[in-house]
Parts: sequence; C-alpha cells; structure tokens
Amino acid sequence: MSDKRPFLIIGNSAAAVGTVAGIRKRDRDTPITLIAREAEHTYSRPLISYLLAGKVDEERMLYRGRDFYEKNGVDAVLGVEVTRIDAESRTVETDDGRTFPFGKLLIATGGAPVVPEDLPGTDARGVFTFTTWEDARRIKSHIETTDVKQAVVVGGGLIGLKAVEALVELGIRTTVVELADRILSATFDLTASEVALDFLKGKGVEVHCRTTVSEVRGHEGRLAGVLLRDGTELPCELLIFAIGVVPDTRLARGAGIACGRGIVTDDGMQTSIEGIYAAGDVVETRDLLTGARRPMPILPNAYRQGFIAGANMVGGKLTSRGGLSMNAVDLCGLPTISVGITSPEGEEYEILSSLDDESGSYRKLVLRDNRIVGAIFVGRIDRAGIFTGLIREKVDVSGFKELLLSQDFGLISLPNEYRKHVVSGMGIEV
Amino acid sequence: MKRIIAHEEHCIGCRLCEIHCLVQHSKSKKIVKAFRTERDRIVPGVKVEESGYVSFALQCRHCDEAPCIEACMTGAMHRDETTGAVLCDVDRCVGCWMCIMVCPVGAVARGADRQVVSKCDLCIGEDVPACVANCPNEAIVLEDEDE
Repeated sequence: MSDKRPFLIIGNSAAAVGTVAGIRKRDRDTPITLIAREAEHTYSRPLISYLLAGKVDEERMLYRGRDFYEKNGVDAVLGVEVTRIDAESRTVETDDGRTFPFGKLLIATGGAPVVPEDLPGTDARGVFTFTTWEDARRIKSHIETTDVKQAVVVGGGLIGLKAVEALVELGIRTTVVELADRILSATFDLTASEVALDFLKGKGVEVHCRTTVSEVRGHEGRLAGVLLRDGTELPCELLIFAIGVVPDTRLARGAGIACGRGIVTDDGMQTSIEGIYAAGDVVETRDLLTGARRPMPILPNAYRQGFIAGANMVGGKLTSRGGLSMNAVDLCGLPTISVGITSPEGEEYEILSSLDDESGSYRKLVLRDNRIVGAIFVGRIDRAGIFTGLIREKVDVSGFKELLLSQDFGLISLPNEYRKHVVSGMGIEV
Repeated sequence: MKRIIAHEEHCIGCRLCEIHCLVQHSKSKKIVKAFRTERDRIVPGVKVEESGYVSFALQCRHCDEAPCIEACMTGAMHRDETTGAVLCDVDRCVGCWMCIMVCPVGAVARGADRQVVSKCDLCIGEDVPACVANCPNEAIVLEDEDE
C-alpha cells in the first residue's frame, strides 16, 4: 500500500465505475475511497424498470460483480452521504460525522429527478419518481399493497416510457402524459413518435401529448387521480413523475466549483478547482455536433467521462471529443435507436428517410454538408452503430449517399480508408 | 491477444465461415443438422458482405477500448480476462441494444429470439475459431498480436 492520500469518488454508478477503470488502468496501488448515498453495491440504474417488471432479480441488478471493489482496491463507503467538500484542506465530510481526506476528487453525484414544485397534491400516497433502486422497491410495494388498476406516467421520455413498459408487463392500464407534441422528444421526430405510439397503443397504452398535469387529486391522503390542463380527468392509483433529471450540483456549488446548468469541466473532465474532477449526469457535456455545453444524461457518456477523468487523475492526458446525444430504447418489444440531431430546422439540413407502414419500421438520416449528423431507427435497428460511427467521425458520405437507406447498407458501402480504420478495431473511442 | 484479420482480396464470398460459425454454436455441432434445424435459432457471429467483385468476412474486432463494453448498461458486455475477447453474458443482457447503437463495425446483432444480443466469442475453448479454421482461401486469418 502506498502512503499517498487516496483518490476519492463521490457516486457509485457508471461515471464512478468508469473512473475506477480509468485509474486502475495505470495505477494499481493508490487507494481509492468511494462514498455513495445509496446503500447498494454498484447497480445498473436503467435496470430498475426491468426489476419492477419482474424481468430481472436483485442479483442481476448489479452493474459489476460482487468482487468489484475488492478487486480494484476500492474502499466503498455506502449508505453514507457527503455533506460538504472542503477544497482548501482537501477533505470531505459525511452525514455520519466522519472526515475523509483526498489527493484528487471525482464528483459523480448524478442527476436528481424533477417534480413540479407548484403542483398541488403531489404529497399524496401513490406519487413517485423513478430513478433509483429504492424507487422501484417502493413502487413495487405500493402495487402489492394497493389495488392499482390504473397508472399515469407524466413524461414520455426514456425513463417514463421504460416505466410504462414495466407497468404494462404487470397488467396495469397505463396512460402517458407528455407536454411535447411527441414521445422521446429529445431524440425522436414526429414520424418516429407516431410509429412508436401506434405500437404502444396496440399494447393498450393511452398517450396524451401536448398537455400536462395541472392538479393531483387525493382522497384521505391517498392518490385518486389527476386533472390535465386540457380538462381531462384520469383516475389512477399510481402516478410516476418522469419529466427529467437535473444535475445534482449542490456539493459542487458549496465548494465554490464553477457550475452552469451542471458542473463545468475542461475536456479532461477537471473542474474549475485543480485536482477536482467531475463526470456523468452532474456535468455539462460539450455536444460533439453543436459545440454547445449542456447536461447529457446518458450512460455511455457517463462511463466515458469517468474513464477519462480517472486516467487524468493518475497523470494521463486524455481529452473528451465531446458527447454524442443518443438513445437505444426497446419499448415493449419495439427496438429503437436515435443518435445526434434528429429534428433539425434550417435549409442547411438534408433529410433522407424511409417509412414502411406495413412492418412498422422507419429510418431517417439527417445530413449537413454531406455528413450525417443524426439518425433514427425504429423497428429495424440492425447495424445502426455503423451510422453512429459515421456521425462521430464526420465522414463525407457524398460518394455513397444513395446507398444509405438500403437495408443492405454495410461496411462494404464505405470508402476503403474509413473501412480499414474501423475494421482495425484500434483507437476506437465511444 | 489473438485477433482475426480479414483479407478481402482473398475472400471468394463462399460464406462457409457463416455456416461453420453456426455449426460451432449449435447444439448438434453437425453441419447438416445444424443448417437444417438450427439456422433460425442462431445468428452467426461472422457476416460476409458482398458488392460486385468485392467481398469480405467480418466479425467483432474485440476492440482495445470497446465502445460496446462502455455503453452496456447492465455490465453484460465484458472483456474476458484471460483471452482478452469481448464477450456478452447473455444471462445479464436485457436487450436494450446500446451495443448495437455504438458498434462502428455493426458486429453486434440481435439474437434470433430478439431478446438478447449475439456476437462473435472467438469460439471459446478452441485454439482457432471455426470461421478461420474453415476458410478455404485464408481470407480470414488468426494473428497473435503479442508475438
């Protein structure tokens, strides 16, 4: 063991695990302390909907094996919340009264679910958010102890729709309420939304777009239903708010670390204070395509940023090329993938698309200056990653544009040089 | 680690690699039986692409910094510690298709049941993967990087 001050990680999800991997790739010795509010072993957050549906058991929730901490020399302090970061003395304080020193620090406090503050009635029994293992347990227990016939999910984004999938699996009649004109509005266009909605309606899901909940109604402290802005009343015994997550920057702000909507970092994931890094849903990510900085709460992004931060904490010189907004979502058996800029406005964009009503499959590619900047796949998603690669590498597609929508499109359609680069498997970055 | 290298100038597009991959991953391990009865249940990990006079066989590159491992939300996609191969633990895969979204080679596919992914495993337990062993023209060969 080295007598160096340990690396300290706040958080225990993808960004934290990525950081451990980044550190341990070069440094097997320096101790790592990991502190997390949740008591569980590192687990897969997106799996909570599968747990609720009963498709995975508690053991399969784990994101890494039971021996992960031991194998990586990590002292995991779980079920303990960091209450303060002292950047001056290089220590953190926890809610059980302890103080932990650090040499370098990684903040991966993630995002916190949003509940509309000014909405009356949200304290009724039966109202939940859905981002943690504990949320899944509480919803499961609510369903087991209350006769839940109907559920309402507010928010037709990724978390909301995965909640819907789980509830449908459990045989609960479910209604989605979405403020935008379409579901998955961050990554879907209207057509993709309609294809998916047709499919979901076939599974008995009701969807109300362009509206939201204006009142939560209860009876004797227990949820009874919701009133929508358009006047629709929906009785329900279970209500899940899935209208998004915001970066949980409280600790960082308290320590005087520069924050916008999320923690601000450089391309090496270091914050405004030297030796303190941040990664995952808590940071502002530079968009690879637009250059804009904004929270981009997706798992591959979190892991990659964590890995980069970890490598740099041990003296590496990795830099992020920026995040690419993307989603892979299977909705009740309908596979979908969307990447990059998918619903652009402006004359500089060229759209290629094909819709097959019969099979319910849709493919759309968005081009700018003969480079693909966005893609949507619904129904048929096979080999979609080739397009993600073309987007990421900003490959000029003018030489094979007419092949892009072909179902046989493959590596063989690509220019030789790019194909060789991809096929080598070297230097490929997420 | 060992890697499979494709030589497209030698590939004659016979697709024997696809068939031998299927046989290797079948229950019966017998070519005729596997082809007749298990073809719909197994998605070969190697795929021949063909256009005009050009063809090549391609399977997972087992990348050094594998995008699929980093993007996997369950931890199912992992690197085998002894061989270095990128493998998917199908018991932990839930079919979210993140790996399909990020694989620039397009080498991860939905399995035949559409529930979990299917990909090249470099033929666990074999010295030489079935596709390489059965290629009649050395269009896919095994090279050991460490040597």
